[in-house]
Order: sequence, then structure tokens, then C-alpha cells
Amino acid sequence: MSQRAPWEEQRKLLVKLEEETDPALGCPPAKRPLDQHLRFGLINVDKPSGPSSHEVVAWVKRMLRLKHAGHGGTLETFARLEQSDGHGRASSSP
Amino acid sequence: MVTGVLPLALEDATKTIQAFLLTGKEYVCLMALHGDVEEKKTRAVLEEFIGDILQRPPVRAAVRRDVRKRRIYYIRDVEMDGREVLFRVGCQAGTYIRKLVYDIGEVLGVGAHMRELRRTRAGSFTEEESFSLYDLMQLSQANTEEREVLARRMVKPMESAFEYVPRIYIRDSTVSSICHGAELALPGIVRLSEGILPKMSIALFTLKDELVALSKALMSSDQMMKEDHGLAAKTARVVMPPETYPRLWKRKTVKVQAQS
Repeated sequence: MSQRAPWEEQRKLLVKLEEETDPALGCPPAKRPLDQHLRFGLINVDKPSGPSSHEVVAWVKRMLRLKHAGHGGTLETFARLEQSDGHGRASSSP
Repeated sequence: MVTGVLPLALEDATKTIQAFLLTGKEYVCLMALHGDVEEKKTRAVLEEFIGDILQRPPVRAAVRRDVRKRRIYYIRDVEMDGREVLFRVGCQAGTYIRKLVYDIGEVLGVGAHMRELRRTRAGSFTEEESFSLYDLMQLSQANTEEREVLARRMVKPMESAFEYVPRIYIRDSTVSSICHGAELALPGIVRLSEGILPKMSIALFTLKDELVALSKALMSSDQMMKEDHGLAAKTARVVMPPETYPRLWKRKTVKVQAQS
């Protein structure tokens, strides 16, 4: 692995085969109809302080009437505990 | 207390969420020192934490508490005011910033804790392109016309999460077999990222840039370029619905029961 952050690195593409794709099959991501765009979509949410990541997911799920939703990378699971109890175990790092 | 970029996956895209769990993150952190330290010394110690560090996850953690190695890509934009230190840190997935701050405090000799944290990046998702819950409420309440415009602006194709993930582009005729869980064999490869190594998490794409599946590489990019036969990657998670591309591979003589 390199020393640099993935977003500061350029990864080159190697060509193994010359090949075309049949335009009749599938659909480029940017051209998906709206229902599919949502079905295969991601939202970059700016999480406010207060609710947990899980609560934010639950809210958005209900707001947009989704069957499934998930988040990538919890932002502080136990922030709540710490707020309620300043010197509780939750805030005492080992 | 903790705010910022939280990538959220909708419906079928939920299957791609593990890509975010593996991706690098960037945070802006406000550290509170428990004693007075010279600015020069503080900056020097912060510099020392760039590179590989060893970290034991905190007592309350979602993972096993074994010491593990994590990479700090950079610590930048350091500002200091009395006992408060503000900095921007780029790090590997699974780095505990609260712990990083505690450890910095130990090395400085005065102790420190994390006062505030804001995630400014998760992989290709940045703070500048994030939407508030209020924006999402507007999307949920919009009429049909507005909804299309807002949804196109706020919702990104799941493929956008894979900008920094090593990838392989596969032939149309290979797509269906991958969707049914087969491994990727070398003849199916059209283009591939440089620098893939065995066991690396990679993504398989169609030539139309559609995500097909998440896979584990079985050989390096060099090997994939050189050889003609063999398995290049093991399919870990299929994302594309199997009916998207036609099934061109031969059926076995055994009758397969219809899918329910």
C-alpha cells in the first residue's frame, strides 16, 4: 500500500483486450430512469450532531419511504452516552 | 459532537456499503490539551504520527480490541490557540481519532482529549458535496417534477463510491455468469487497474461503467495481463440484478429448478 491517501493517487488502467459493448444491453449509470437511479443510489448526508448514524439512516428511510438503506462508517456510536454522562465509562478512553 | 459526511445507500445499493467501510477518511479534529505545550513541540509530535501507527480500539468499540496497524496519510492545516489544537487528518478506514488524540496527548506528556470532530471525506464523498437532512426533507416533500430534479442532484449512482477502488472491466458476455456468482476467469477481462494484488478488494464493472459485483483478487495485475487462463477474481458480493445481461454460458444437462 502506498503512503498517500487514495484520493491523492492516480491509478492507471491497463488494456488487456479490445472489446466493444452492445448498446442494447444494460444502461450507463448516468442514464438510469428515476426509479432505478434511486434503487441504485447513494446520498452523501451531512450528519448533524445529536442523532446517531443509525438514527439518521432510520429517519431518511422513513422520509423517502425506502425499504432498505444503510450507512458506510459509523460516526461515533456512543456520542449519546457521553453527552448524557460527562464522566461515565463511555468517555474514559483506555 | 461528531458531524459530517455520512454516506447513505438506498435500496439495492445497500449491498455496496462495504466499499465505504474499507475506504479512507478525512476529518477535521479539535483537540484539547490538558496542559501547556509549546506550539513548535506540538507540531513536531503531530508530524511524528504521520505514517503507520499502532492502535488498540477503545473499550467501547464495534471491533475486537487487538492492537492493529493503521496508516495516517497526512496531518495538515494545524492551528493552535492556547490549549486548543485544530488539524485535518487523512487516515485509513478503521482509525479511531479519539484514540489518536489520546495517544498524541500521551506523547506530549500533558494528556489530551478530542473536543469536536467533523468528517470531511469518506472515499470519493466530500463535505462540499454533502446534503443536510433539511435538503432531504425537501426531496421527500417535492411534487413529481421537482422530485426528479432534486433526486438527480442529491442522489448519486452507487458507482461513484468506487472512484478509488481498484477495478476490472469485463466483457458483456461475462456479466451474467458473474451475476450468478461465478469467479472471473481471465478471458472475461477487458481492462484493469494497475497495482492489483492477490486478496485485494476490487470492483467489477461493465464496459458501460455499471457496477456488477465486489470481488477479491486472486492474482496481481501483472499476472492478469500476462496469462490467458485461470481465475482472476472471486466474486464476493453481486450487486447487479442477474437478468440485466443475457445468459450466454452453457447450461449443464442437469435441470436447474426455476428461481422463486
